[in-house]
Amino acid sequence: MATATERLFGKSVKRREDPRFITGRGKYVDDLKLPGMTYAAFVRSPHAHARIKSIDVAAAKAHPGVIAVFTGKDMTGVNSLPCGWDLRKAKNIPGVVQDLVMPPHMPLTSDVARHVGDPVAVVIADTQAAATDAAEKVSVAWEPLAAVTATEKATAPGTVQVHADAPGNVAFKWALGDGAATDAAFKTAAVTVKKRIVNQRLVANAMEPRACVARFDEATDELTLWVTSQNPHVHRLLMCAFVLGIPEHKVRVIAPDVGGGFGSKIFLYNEEVVCSWAARRVKRPIRWTSSRREAYMTDAHGRDHVTDAELALSSDGKILGLRVKTTANLGAYLSTFAPAVPTFLYGTLLNGVYGIGAIHVEVTGVFTNTTAVDAYRGAGRPEACYVVERMVDAGAAALKMDPAELRKKNFIPKFSGAFQTHVAVVYDSGNYAGALDKLLSVFDYKKFRTEQEAARKAGRLLGVGFSTYIEACSIAPSKVVGALGAGAGLYESGKVRVHPTGMVTVYTGSHAHGQGHETTFAQLVADELQIPIEQVEIVHGDTGSVPFGMGTYGSRSASVGGTAIHMSLDKIKEKGKKIAAHLLEASPKDVEYVNGQFQVMGVPSKAIPFGAVALTAYVPHNYPEGLEPGLEETSFYDPSNFCFPFGAHACVVEIERETGQVKLLRYVAVDDVGNVINPMIVDGMVHGGIAQGVGQALWEGAVYDDRSGQLVTGTMMDYAMPKADMLPFYETDRTVTPTPVNPLGIKGAGETGTIAATPAVVNAVVDALSPLGVDHIEAMPLTAARVWDLINTRSKKG
Amino acid sequence: MKLPVKMTINGQSHSHEVEPRLLLVHYIRETVGLTGTHVGCDTSQCGACTVLINGQAVKSCTLFAVQMDGANITTIEGLAKNGDLHPIQQGFWEKHGLQCGFCTPGMIMAAHQILERYPKPTEDQIRHQLEGNLCRCTGYHNIVKAIQWASEQMAGKK
Repeated sequence: MATATERLFGKSVKRREDPRFITGRGKYVDDLKLPGMTYAAFVRSPHAHARIKSIDVAAAKAHPGVIAVFTGKDMTGVNSLPCGWDLRKAKNIPGVVQDLVMPPHMPLTSDVARHVGDPVAVVIADTQAAATDAAEKVSVAWEPLAAVTATEKATAPGTVQVHADAPGNVAFKWALGDGAATDAAFKTAAVTVKKRIVNQRLVANAMEPRACVARFDEATDELTLWVTSQNPHVHRLLMCAFVLGIPEHKVRVIAPDVGGGFGSKIFLYNEEVVCSWAARRVKRPIRWTSSRREAYMTDAHGRDHVTDAELALSSDGKILGLRVKTTANLGAYLSTFAPAVPTFLYGTLLNGVYGIGAIHVEVTGVFTNTTAVDAYRGAGRPEACYVVERMVDAGAAALKMDPAELRKKNFIPKFSGAFQTHVAVVYDSGNYAGALDKLLSVFDYKKFRTEQEAARKAGRLLGVGFSTYIEACSIAPSKVVGALGAGAGLYESGKVRVHPTGMVTVYTGSHAHGQGHETTFAQLVADELQIPIEQVEIVHGDTGSVPFGMGTYGSRSASVGGTAIHMSLDKIKEKGKKIAAHLLEASPKDVEYVNGQFQVMGVPSKAIPFGAVALTAYVPHNYPEGLEPGLEETSFYDPSNFCFPFGAHACVVEIERETGQVKLLRYVAVDDVGNVINPMIVDGMVHGGIAQGVGQALWEGAVYDDRSGQLVTGTMMDYAMPKADMLPFYETDRTVTPTPVNPLGIKGAGETGTIAATPAVVNAVVDALSPLGVDHIEAMPLTAARVWDLINTRSKKG
Repeated sequence: MKLPVKMTINGQSHSHEVEPRLLLVHYIRETVGLTGTHVGCDTSQCGACTVLINGQAVKSCTLFAVQMDGANITTIEGLAKNGDLHPIQQGFWEKHGLQCGFCTPGMIMAAHQILERYPKPTEDQIRHQLEGNLCRCTGYHNIVKAIQWASEQMAGKK
């Protein structure tokens, strides 16, 4: 029976999903074992760039336990993996300077391998060991070709061509903003600064490697694919409509417990397509699980920009203009959303939180012999924030102004409703000075500067760095993204099914792989229906039960997915009122929903509990004329705008002179993500985001050997993942500026930490080294070796 | 060629004939069917496969199953007793020490060893001892808090 409950919105409810995870009962794709299951192993290119002269699979086929070996030539009728974002003038996409080239990306390449790890064959066997052993016996006659991996070398004359149809390795050219106004701003500037800013390539490194299980049922002609996906419906649509040409309604995609994504599990990958295709042929289920080594070679990478940025300032520190030229490395193939990341998720955020006079950005996307680059936590927005926040600090240094003061001087004033930027987007609401003021007070900035002065006199290298960031999330208004080249709508669905007993099952098209939807969405539902949270079940990740969904990325789950559920709950209550009004012999407009019951307005004695209305909906003996039985509603919410979370982060670093080792002493974050359903969960996401942002600043980086094209950081031994003893406790706080865009007032919180942390840390290191004359560091990560080099070369100079 | 191996996992005896090259983690997951122990890398960095072998936290990808003849192994599935969560499991729940949950079993087993070594660990001791376990979601903040919470609970019980 429904009873009134305390409001859960804003409460740190313990996670309902945790009991299964802490007892080892989570169910991830690789945990799945089906009768008759077979195992796949892929044969991959050991070369960065090589022509395939021939492939001999005879020995592999003869290996005991092997069921089948397939190469690209066997996959007739299979199309290229699609790129879901088109940048072409003919499509009227804004800013296109040179049309996007979309070279084919075949699931198994049969002519040329274009990066280390490019799959060329698959072996399917009774056991994983047999498949792996037999894969070693596939003999490929390679003709190695010259390779290019470095972003800034891709377009140099004489460089090897990655794709014949992309001359000079240019994938596209794109621009945004007012070039003439920006030029004019630079002419009137008292001070200009120009910096090269390299945003290095990263690997997402979700702890669970990608995996899939494909099962084809001959009796029903249905394919079921369990896959590590952030968006199972998107996987189904892309695979059915574009690659395999199989009927969508005969394919069920299930993303069960997924061990982190950070963007890397958005995309449609070769292996899941190959396994789905092959399952029909071998007539047995196939499981493939990526090794970590394969993950480094094939999971879409992130970032990889080389940027030249210029900032124009007045003598009193007003930012007059920002000019940005970026080369974005897209890798060997276009991944699912690749062209959107360095364009509409990057250029549109270069306004930052500042009233900049004019902005112009040019982006060249390039192909190289590297793993495809696509969205990684933040996706374009961290790169934009890094450019803006580094340049603001460089501007402050040039003017000898305090970096916090320069920021305050240029903040867009507090507003709610709309702020038109110079780079297309319209911000929803903001109080940027409010976030920084709170940060400075929590941080005790004045006290720190006094301590720093004393420390410097003692020869210590102590620095503070700020980052006052903005990001765009709640992705995204379908019409807007459609006009920008997206091949999809970016709404979300939410279905609420009230059972006859008053229990509630909610189906959301968004997917949780660490975000805690089973808790936060249940908090929303329990609040709206005023029923105990125990009566609410959240279902996600299965195209067989969820109507449709665009999935989880771009901090969209609560703001877009949550709003869709909210809309369905409104419909449930409206229908409930009609049923209750009939039973109460009142008019529906005189019925209100209070404390878990429908009651005649102001008369608690004339009331019917939620559960009784639910039962009546399914046992409609005494029921309103013309009203359908049942109590189940579905809504699709398409946001009218993006939401723009913001905040101010600061950190303190100390550098050991003798070694160049950077130690993070303190990290303070004040975020404004709008309204917060569950503060514990939001804080947790901020923590993890900060760790990834710090990771980029100090340790992480995917490195290719430029001569051989080999991925040097190909294992967890070589790629420096942040560890517990490299990081401090983080201090988190918030301001709350609800968004007017959605009825929940939620902006989004999944990426803030990653976006803000990298520039905060680098700014702190530059501040620490400033007594040595350092005012900029071109490349990250700021490893001990790189910092030691800076200390010693600068010291000698000085 | 297969070799016989017999070991106790979570109080139950298991005997199988396995390939000598079969890693303990794959034996636990695939042969015995206890999938709470995870594989997150192939170079023994991530620690998602950590189990207790005769009371010691060990990465189960660093041993062959056949080396474990006669061993007494505890996996994440065997930590709760009679339906009562171990204080470390409870701590991870209370302090939001997990998000995607993939590293969690290994983290909890590593924490078990830490608290045996240092019943009242300092923050630095916890962080240093967790070096062999990677997490990409939490930034370690709430994992450290969870272990501190468990340490206080376990001290209270003694």
